Amino acid sequence: MKITVAGEQKEVADGLSIAELIVLENVETPEYVTVSVNEEFVNSDSFESLILKEGDVVEFLYFMGGGR
Amino acid sequence: MLITIKQADFDRIYEHALAERPNEACGLIAGHDTENGVRVIEKVYLLTNIDHTNEHFSIDPREQLAAIKDMRTNGLKPLGNWHSHPESPSRPSEEDKRLANDSRASYLILSLMEEKPVLNAFHIESSEDGKTVRKEELEIRGEDSAEE
Repeated sequence: MKITVAGEQKEVADGLSIAELIVLENVETPEYVTVSVNEEFVNSDSFESLILKEGDVVEFLYFMGGGR
Repeated sequence: MLITIKQADFDRIYEHALAERPNEACGLIAGHDTENGVRVIEKVYLLTNIDHTNEHFSIDPREQLAAIKDMRTNGLKPLGNWHSHPESPSRPSEEDKRLANDSRASYLILSLMEEKPVLNAFHIESSEDGKTVRKEELEIRGEDSAEE
């Protein structure tokens, strides 16, 4: 199936979970990454269970923060 | 890597940081990387520091998502972020380094501690010793300057 990841259309296996996509995409420090699917934030508790569908648009948002 | 930012975008960041003082201000940068290895910032986003303090910043994730959507719509690539140091130099703090988790990103820091603002750009990535910081060359260019 085709999905869009970080602005790029990709062909991935059917039944792919968010957790599997994170591994597939070599996401750095996933503990600091928020995931959105079709502009909705996904709770990290659902990364294993949420299965992507054809046409889904996924963004990986790194936590952006710091201090003086 | 050479990074370029328009004078007008620098001015927007500076004015926003002044308006948010004493708190830290923050946002995102977007644009493209040229074949010659130049990182061209074409748009800056002025976002909310949800910590609302002079010691920390955290970018509002909903605003971050909206900015990313705007970048996709306008054919821009997310290039990193910027934040201000109202009372400290333009260099990554220990917390800045700890929370810099995207090695592809450029991290811009605007210091307001002196009368004249100082903006520097950094590349930060994980290493065996923790985090490695490398200062990047930053050029503020006028509207008439040609792109590299």
